[in-house]
Amino acid sequence: MSVAATDRAAAAIDVQNLHKYFGDNEVLKGIDFHVARGEVVCVIGPSGSGKSTLLRCVNLLETPTSGTILVEGDEITDPDADVDALRARIGMVFQQFNLFQHMTVLRNLTVAQEKVLKRGRAEATKVARANLEKVGLSDKADAYPAHLSGGQQQRVAIARALSMNPDMMLFDEPTSALDPELVGDVLAVMKDLASEGMTMMVVTHEMGFAREVADKVVFMDGGVIVEEGLPADVLGNPQHERTQAFLSRVL
Amino acid sequence: MTSAAVVPKKRMSPRKRAALVRYVQYAILVLLVVVLALIADWGEIRRAFVDTGIASQLFPDVILIALKNTIIYTACGFAFGLALGLVLALMRLSSVGPYRWIATGIIELFRGLPALVVFLVLGLGLPIAFGVNLGNIVTVTLALGLVGGAYMAETIRAGIQAVPKGQYEAARTLGMTHTRAMVTIVIPQAFRIILPPLTNELILLTKDSSLVYILGMSLDEYELTAFGRENMNAFANLTPMVTIALCYLLITVPLSIVVRRMEAKSGKAR
Repeated sequence: MSVAATDRAAAAIDVQNLHKYFGDNEVLKGIDFHVARGEVVCVIGPSGSGKSTLLRCVNLLETPTSGTILVEGDEITDPDADVDALRARIGMVFQQFNLFQHMTVLRNLTVAQEKVLKRGRAEATKVARANLEKVGLSDKADAYPAHLSGGQQQRVAIARALSMNPDMMLFDEPTSALDPELVGDVLAVMKDLASEGMTMMVVTHEMGFAREVADKVVFMDGGVIVEEGLPADVLGNPQHERTQAFLSRVL
Repeated sequence: MTSAAVVPKKRMSPRKRAALVRYVQYAILVLLVVVLALIADWGEIRRAFVDTGIASQLFPDVILIALKNTIIYTACGFAFGLALGLVLALMRLSSVGPYRWIATGIIELFRGLPALVVFLVLGLGLPIAFGVNLGNIVTVTLALGLVGGAYMAETIRAGIQAVPKGQYEAARTLGMTHTRAMVTIVIPQAFRIILPPLTNELILLTKDSSLVYILGMSLDEYELTAFGRENMNAFANLTPMVTIALCYLLITVPLSIVVRRMEAKSGKAR
């Protein structure tokens, strides 16, 4: 355990032989996948390829049927793992934003800091305001989510995740529910994060973002990883037939 | 293009027809009011329903005892019912089978029984069976709470399920436990969704609180309906009934207004 554990501790996310069934339907068919610390990994692929399921397995929103997942060396698939403490270290941004509709923007950012990290109101508010500033929405602190545009809601969602000071961030198609003209603002915030060295796993259809920001691109289809490598290789010179077919449709 | 447009027919345009239908509706309404006003015996109505001499004798007891007791009985029953309903709703949603079955059994039982039967069993049956006499206020609280709670459980369960799953997932993702996510994120939003049906339940309980009369009461325990009946018999006049009817509206109408305000306010947050 000890030697392997120190080796794996280098990886932020280490997925080994992951299988996931929904009923009789095998969605993930033995995935081996890892994200190094400080790395930005973009997962692309057609819908139904299992890429969102893979992402949701990393913080156990979906329970893997079999396989092992290590987050910073901690085995989260271990039945004894403290899943709640672990999730607090992993920020997550959803396609549908999922801001708490009954709370103001500021409260969205402070509630988990106070209830989970046990920070005081003053400290939580300070952290929240700094993160709102970061995503360019300081003036929306007292607004309710319903009064914000989709792009603004998604930036608040990013700020909410950041307010927990996570070690890494998971993005589940963060721009897919946005009007085209609002996508740019969200991607800009994500680029800033990447340049600050945040570890990021991004399921996305934004090939431009993947090409520009990702350290590694992973192409999934039919529940397996078909191809992975540098963005220039996977996107510019795909080796596998299925990758070529997918890219010719989306590019 | 159609034949109707080419061949002129002797038909009203849809807009004129709609106007005519509207005039006819007004005419019927006016006619009904006039007929009722003409055939009613106004002198008799005034004597039997709005005798100010009798009405003035009802005060201040109608307010200080009857209205007060109705409000207390209802509030106690609703508070217990709401807590019970929440517990039953969470049991219905539990992953533990027996909890779901027990909750379903309780809900089906008390939703299916007339409130009167529940009052009788609790108020008269329990003292016979177990030799315990709970006292009227406890019996009312239990009976109204059981009946109301059974209804509210299903409403609350529907409300919890109406909160998008993503809200719960986002809360868990931030490291909240299941309980914390339910208490802080899901249940408050569920209650916003079910505020209108919950108000309905409160108004229903206000009226059901009148069933307490079958328990037998001392004078200072009278609520509105018992007070009205007593005085109706004493004065051989319907004025007390009109008075307590107005008192019921005094409770329910402001309640509706307050809730409509609250809905408008939480609508801002949606």
